[in-house]
Amino acid sequence: MMGAEFVALSLTPMLIGTMAAIACALPGNFLLLRRQALIGDAISHVVLPGIVVAFLLTGTVAALPMMLGAAGAALLCVGMIEAVRRMARIEAGAAMGVVFTTLFAAGVLLLEQSDTSGVHLDVEHALYGSLESLIWLDATGWSSLLDPVALAGVPPELPRMALALAVVTLVIGLAWRPLALSTFDEGYAATLGLPVRALGLGLVMLAALAAVAAFDAVGSIIVIAMFICPPAAARMMTDRLSRQVGWSVVFATLSAVVGYTLAGYGPLWLGYNNSVSAAGMIATVSGLILGVAMAAGPCRRRAGAASAV
Amino acid sequence: MIWQALTFQLGYNATLVAIGATLLGIASGVTGSFLFLRKRALVSDAVSHATLPGIALAFIVMVALGGEGRFLPGLMLGAALSSGLGLIVIGWMIRNTRLTEDAAIGAVLSVFFGAGIVLMTVIQSMQSGRQAGLESVLLGSTAGMLRADALVIGAGGALVLLAVLILRRPMLAVGFDPDHAAVTGLNVARTDLAMMGLVMAVTVLGLTTVGLVLIVALLIIPAVTARLWTERAEVMVAFAGVAGGLAAYFGAAFSASAPGLPTGPIIVLASFTLFALSLAIAPTRGGLASLLKQSRFRRRVHRRQGLLALALGQPIHESFTLALLRREGLARADGEPTDTGRAAAAKALLDEARWAALRADPAHGLTATRYDGLTPIETVLTPDQISELDRHLPRPQKVI
Repeated sequence: MMGAEFVALSLTPMLIGTMAAIACALPGNFLLLRRQALIGDAISHVVLPGIVVAFLLTGTVAALPMMLGAAGAALLCVGMIEAVRRMARIEAGAAMGVVFTTLFAAGVLLLEQSDTSGVHLDVEHALYGSLESLIWLDATGWSSLLDPVALAGVPPELPRMALALAVVTLVIGLAWRPLALSTFDEGYAATLGLPVRALGLGLVMLAALAAVAAFDAVGSIIVIAMFICPPAAARMMTDRLSRQVGWSVVFATLSAVVGYTLAGYGPLWLGYNNSVSAAGMIATVSGLILGVAMAAGPCRRRAGAASAV
Repeated sequence: MIWQALTFQLGYNATLVAIGATLLGIASGVTGSFLFLRKRALVSDAVSHATLPGIALAFIVMVALGGEGRFLPGLMLGAALSSGLGLIVIGWMIRNTRLTEDAAIGAVLSVFFGAGIVLMTVIQSMQSGRQAGLESVLLGSTAGMLRADALVIGAGGALVLLAVLILRRPMLAVGFDPDHAAVTGLNVARTDLAMMGLVMAVTVLGLTTVGLVLIVALLIIPAVTARLWTERAEVMVAFAGVAGGLAAYFGAAFSASAPGLPTGPIIVLASFTLFALSLAIAPTRGGLASLLKQSRFRRRVHRRQGLLALALGQPIHESFTLALLRREGLARADGEPTDTGRAAAAKALLDEARWAALRADPAHGLTATRYDGLTPIETVLTPDQISELDRHLPRPQKVI
């Protein structure tokens, strides 16, 4: 499993999966603490219409228009949620339910109505991606990692995902203090003169960036699962934000690597020939990790709750 | 074509689908409004996504037993079992860990859905060809709907409506005030369970029509639409049923009228169209209504300020105020008050002075909170109280 075949077939999808998982888990920590976990859900749904509209406008599946389209859709979604919530005077959850289902339905309809047969853009792909297909055909073994000719043939999703991860990490690192402050006590942060609204919107945009980049490679299932499960599991482990973020990165990596391995090789070990969906398996493993953390994590209970019932 | 679809002239199958979808829409609108009142609208998102592993497992089991994998009641049973498990997990997470409800919903929906996707790929590799169409549970497809399927959906929808009719009082009580409902002897947990059971039933019934990704829309959007039109819960529930039924009927008919119009998304978009229309024209919460209200308020403020300015002999610079006073015959174009204007101005000034006296008197503390610079004092005090107040006023002055 560790030979040339592994480098060609499994190394790049595994790396892409891991980076996608981490890129989503990082903003997910803050969304979770702000009780906006489902914003991630909404964003990952509206990425689809954004990408479809971008495709219809430009006629290509190039990365930049897709990114812009999806980011635009995320902004539109957040704006519409806020508008529906205020105008109809209803709770945020219901407003969210109205908006993201509508946008997703519009995306599916556009997709069905337009001629996308020439490109791989369909609803199933949008939901669970095609991590398995991101293979590195030019690789002949571990030595290819040092071979510039072979490296030129890595799937374009790899550098794209790496860039997205770098941006997410950099922004969160730079904005760490204001972001943490406004997450825990928005009122206090506002009195200090921090732009809390801009911070909140920026966080959503960052999540959208991570979602778009990851969506392209791995589909929206991983995106939703990684926004929520690793940060939630990390929350069971510690009371400190910095450690929680660290744990969530560990859990995200673990989910991606173990999930991809189980999906690709698990059926073989059991004597079957076909692999199963890697995206689904990564989500499942992240759920199992969350389950273990919820059962045994040192900080799993609410502060002040009885430790034993 | 669309007209034929709406009047059930597209053939037996399309008619069946339209009737089944309408019943489903009514049932989901009605059920969803209780969920919305309970402020747990998005739980339905987790419920619907959590059906997928159950559907896939049911398919695998039925094929393994040598049966037909697409047998709808079997798939529905599997769906109900796994979404029930999802609900139990959400409840456990909220009670036993520090995670909040939104995180629990998100975790359950993504993990269950992921596991479902894994099982779907297992099915794909099991026997080629036989799983054809199982993907339709994701986004709904009525194209291949059988007569038996439509009957199951119709009968299920009717049963859900019957259950709602029986359970509406406890569910409303819990939706409004769970604590008060508990004090009156209602079992809140059991009522919630019944409500969730109904949501689950609607979700499972909607699998083939709307699909599990979008059924949540049919639970939420009609309820929110109905909320715009009324402040009465029973009316709202009925209205949500109508809105859901209409959306599903138009959606199913429209999607049958041309190819490439998937049923689920069309129904959702029809539902949203109703919502958007309501948002524009609904009587109290609608956009038009609030614009009217705002302009009425603006006029009251301008009128009052204009009258006070007249009373104090100050010039009016605001052209809107002046136009308003002129239209009512209270002032002339040069800003001088007419006789009626003088009287109204004196009345406004007196009102203001009485309010000032009232607010200075601690005995009127509670009444003083009603002061907004617009409310005439006669509407909050009796004539006796006003004449008592007037004894503290300074001597009347000549106006202008």
